[in-house]
Amino acid sequence: MKTSKKVSMNLCRAMVLMISLVSLVFQATAQAAEKEKPRTGGELVFAVGETPPSYDGHRETTFAMLHPVAPHYSTLLRFDPQNYPKIIGDVAESWSVSKDGLTYTFKIRKGIKFHDGSLLTSKDVKATYEKIIFPPQGVASARKGSYGVVDKMETPDIYTIVFYLKHPSASFLANLASPWNFIYSAEKLAKDPRWYEKNIMGSGPFTFVEYVPGSHWVGKKNPNYYMKDRPYLDGYKAIFIKDTAPRVAAVRSGQALIEFRGFNPAARDDIVKALGNKVVVQESPWTCNLTVTINNGKKPFDDPRVRRALSLAIDRQGASKALSQISLMKFVGGLFRPGSQFATPDAELAKLTGFGKNIEAARKEARRLLKEAGVPEGFSFTLKNRNIKEPYEVTGVYVIDQWRQIGLNVTHLPQEGGPYFNDFRQGNYETGIDFACDFMDEPDLQLQKFLSSDKSPLNYARYKDSVLDDLYEKQSRATNPKERLKLLRQFEKRVLDEQAYQFHVLWWQRIIPHWAKLKGWKITPNHYVNQDLRDVWLAE
Amino acid sequence: MHRYIFKRLLLMIPTLLGVAVMVFLLLRVAPGDIVELKYAGTGAFAPREAIERERAQLGLDKPLWQQFSSWMWGIVRFDFGNSMWTGRPITQEIAIRLELSLELAVMATLVAISLSIPLGALAALKQDTWIDYAVRIFSIAGLSIPSFWLGIIIILGFLIFFKWLPPLTFTSFWVDPKANMMQLIWPALAVGYRYSAVATRMTRSAVLEVLREDYIRTARAKGLWERVILVRHALKNALLPVITVIGLEFAFLIGGLVVTEQVFNLNGIGMLFVDSITQRDYTMTQALVLLVSFVFIFVNFVVDLIYAWLDPRIRYN
Amino acid sequence: MSSEAGVKLRTFALTSRRLPWLEASLRFVVQQPLGAAGLVVIVVMAFAALLAGVIAPYDPLSNDYAAMLRPPSASHWFGTDSFGRDVFSRILYGSRTALWVGFSSSLFSATVGAILGVTSAYFGGKIDLVIQRLMDLLLSFPLIVLALVVVAILGTGIMNVILAIAIPMVPRCALVVRSSALSLRQTPFVDAARALGFSDARIIFRHMLPNVMAPYLIMLTAFLGQAILLEASLSFLGLGVAEPAAAWGLMLRGAAVEFAERAPWMAIFPGLAISLSVFAFNLFGDSLRDALDPKLRVS
Repeated sequence: MKTSKKVSMNLCRAMVLMISLVSLVFQATAQAAEKEKPRTGGELVFAVGETPPSYDGHRETTFAMLHPVAPHYSTLLRFDPQNYPKIIGDVAESWSVSKDGLTYTFKIRKGIKFHDGSLLTSKDVKATYEKIIFPPQGVASARKGSYGVVDKMETPDIYTIVFYLKHPSASFLANLASPWNFIYSAEKLAKDPRWYEKNIMGSGPFTFVEYVPGSHWVGKKNPNYYMKDRPYLDGYKAIFIKDTAPRVAAVRSGQALIEFRGFNPAARDDIVKALGNKVVVQESPWTCNLTVTINNGKKPFDDPRVRRALSLAIDRQGASKALSQISLMKFVGGLFRPGSQFATPDAELAKLTGFGKNIEAARKEARRLLKEAGVPEGFSFTLKNRNIKEPYEVTGVYVIDQWRQIGLNVTHLPQEGGPYFNDFRQGNYETGIDFACDFMDEPDLQLQKFLSSDKSPLNYARYKDSVLDDLYEKQSRATNPKERLKLLRQFEKRVLDEQAYQFHVLWWQRIIPHWAKLKGWKITPNHYVNQDLRDVWLAE
Repeated sequence: MHRYIFKRLLLMIPTLLGVAVMVFLLLRVAPGDIVELKYAGTGAFAPREAIERERAQLGLDKPLWQQFSSWMWGIVRFDFGNSMWTGRPITQEIAIRLELSLELAVMATLVAISLSIPLGALAALKQDTWIDYAVRIFSIAGLSIPSFWLGIIIILGFLIFFKWLPPLTFTSFWVDPKANMMQLIWPALAVGYRYSAVATRMTRSAVLEVLREDYIRTARAKGLWERVILVRHALKNALLPVITVIGLEFAFLIGGLVVTEQVFNLNGIGMLFVDSITQRDYTMTQALVLLVSFVFIFVNFVVDLIYAWLDPRIRYN
Repeated sequence: MSSEAGVKLRTFALTSRRLPWLEASLRFVVQQPLGAAGLVVIVVMAFAALLAGVIAPYDPLSNDYAAMLRPPSASHWFGTDSFGRDVFSRILYGSRTALWVGFSSSLFSATVGAILGVTSAYFGGKIDLVIQRLMDLLLSFPLIVLALVVVAILGTGIMNVILAIAIPMVPRCALVVRSSALSLRQTPFVDAARALGFSDARIIFRHMLPNVMAPYLIMLTAFLGQAILLEASLSFLGLGVAEPAAAWGLMLRGAAVEFAERAPWMAIFPGLAISLSVFAFNLFGDSLRDALDPKLRVS
């Protein structure tokens, strides 16, 4: 009797405990769900640092076009906003790849409408990619070179499109997720292939309202968007602010809620200090970097010892600590973005020329190499750079200071964009600061810069190296990820360690402070993807 | 008089032509290509042939004389062509910014006039006293402070002390006068203060000069109030050089406020100018230079006419 | 009153025979205290520029990443900037750049402008018309736009900056000198020189130019201030002197604005330096104009 009472009491207690626990859990999830439930309505105002040249995504290469215009369009595939770099479908509902990797079949969602009411079918997707891959006379396509692997495209029915490739390609799918590949209407393109340079008509979550050049761009909610509960916002307004100071001030004063490219640490600190917990800061490594490019055709830079000395002299660890406080430069990395799936592990990276941790030893070695190569103490040469303070000139000043410490006397020559590109293209420079910004971590894209100069117009360093060209082809066709990584390591070793043709200083950090009431936007390693604003909502 | 007006108007043409030729040639001497700038801007892979195609589209592959003559032919028909950077008609691009620049120029001029005339006259009346020194220091300080420094201090001041920022986009005065003023009053004050310096100086020396004139001495001897003397005689004749200065500066207020526009984020002609030069947008820069030159020459002309009207001793023949 | 006048007379009598310029300067200091104050600042600036190598506690170019953004202290009087460089040393060396750029460009523009103005006035007729048109042409560009175009063509760098600043100022000087020279041309001594068979060049350079000294000097000092400001604006736009050189306008670029709240000394000191020096030059030029222009003396 006593024990049975005890047991039943315990049972009671246990039940009460369980019930309360369960109800707590329910409450918590209910509350959490409540907090996360997006609110519809409101207009998002954001700042953009430059104005778009034209409206055609296939032709432009600047974020200044993407940020205001991307919300008007859909793409075939896209990167998962919460899970970069996972690829999901946008216009494409599903897809399959043939065993030999040569045939990609995409099924298109039914019922997607353009803003003018017409139905989006495979015909439109085909016309879009024809324009990108095989542009007609007079039409410019900036990324045509990435699609050289495509043989032809077919549309067996109005909701299916098939791509036939010449050889297997590891990066093809990712290329289709490019944020630049807006799906255009075949009808409009047939009438005038350049129509989209000055007009907007897409199938995206927002329709076009107005653009006042130099001032602002306005879009409003597309009531017929294919995702029924999106977009959450009623509309958006992009205000163009060219100078950094008023741009930061705009976010700080609340006139803009966010700026989608990135602020530097000083701006972040000021905004956080001024606004406290009204503001949220998202940070991420950036698929952008600055490199030192060397004119391999000029003496004494044709000697790999001299080039390696130049790389050895730069204290990258020190740079990371110092420069990350005042500029966008932060992460130490080689050919691939630190933290990405292709990045070289730290231990291996430290073995490459210039990436070691002992700067004193490195500088001694650098001096020895210079002496061996016959470069006298106090040798002077020039470093050409863009005349943009942050982070170009900052890096230039740093690099020059580092070279001073091995007895080199370098003059800094910042220039306007026009003469800068001119001089690089024509080889009219000795050393220079170069940059690279990509929309995804993809060696096919990022390694183009390092191929032989006659193969790659992006390579300003003026050298020919068939070993590198060969390795590039191999890795491009390698469908086995381990195999590919091996080839990439070899490529990196040759470029940075053995030859030091052109080498990285640092990779950038992306810092986005924004008002906490802006939700639904997650930072990615570059400022190009996921700018269609369809998941963004305002908490008040 | 009519012959003079006609002759002046006619003389504008060769000057403008000279400006046109000069800017056309100068721009093409400057290294840098707009198409390269557009494509290579973000390190993207742009094929050589795309660049060449684009250049051909913009007419940059034609011989120089052909480019010049087609541009001139367009101007004769008031067709200034399209911007090479955006492809939009230049008249449209300029019209959007012109309203702001004109309004800012007028406001700054008003600020300058309302500062310089009373201050200059005061300084002249009390020459060599501490009032004179104070006025001179005040006005010269306006000339000495870098305009972008002043602008940044103003913006920071607003942010730190009032947690407020002037509106960053332009609303026309006719649509919403309050928003319009809230944006433009601060740069107008900063710019006007700067431009008042020269005019204050001019007013001061003009008033001083006139105060020595015989007829002032006669008026004094007659015992009229000093204030009446000043207002009636001195100011009227002091007005001439002041009008010259203000007239000259007005033309520059349209296209020359590059740094102020950048700091206050004003979508004006100055920004357009800098952008088009940096981008090597030939057609846009050429059109803007012609515009500013025309305004300058025209304002000069109007000032000369006002001279003649104000001072009957001046007659052009 | 009479004893004062007596002292003045004696001083003048003593000095004016041997040192006429001393008498003029003393008179200037007494009658134009503002200008004298400006002159003092200019002299201080010149000394700073000359002795920068001796006075400056640090090398203006050496980065010290352990000491970034330090506030003013005993070891760094004006604090350090975003690279750890000593702001005080950079201000001192910056005065060199400012004076060098200021003097070169204003000397160039005032001299070329004066020669053009006098030539134009002397020859009259067609030459006058052509030179006038050319000056009109240059004048119709806003100052900074013309500087931008020159930089676009020639590139950045200190020599090009000097040219970019000087060229827009030439027509302004030419106009002023021309109006002075026009009145000179009518005087008998020019006709006499002609009658004596002197060459045109000789008349222009030996006879007319020295007589337009007053407006020339005024233009020179006025332009100096303008030149320093224009250099600061060009550096602000990224088209002037290049990092890591020490130049006041350059010091105000970028980081000074970004860190304006956390490290205000980065922006305050160069801004003050620019404002003070331009102010001094303007005051001095202003007072010089007052002193040299007889029409402005009202007793």
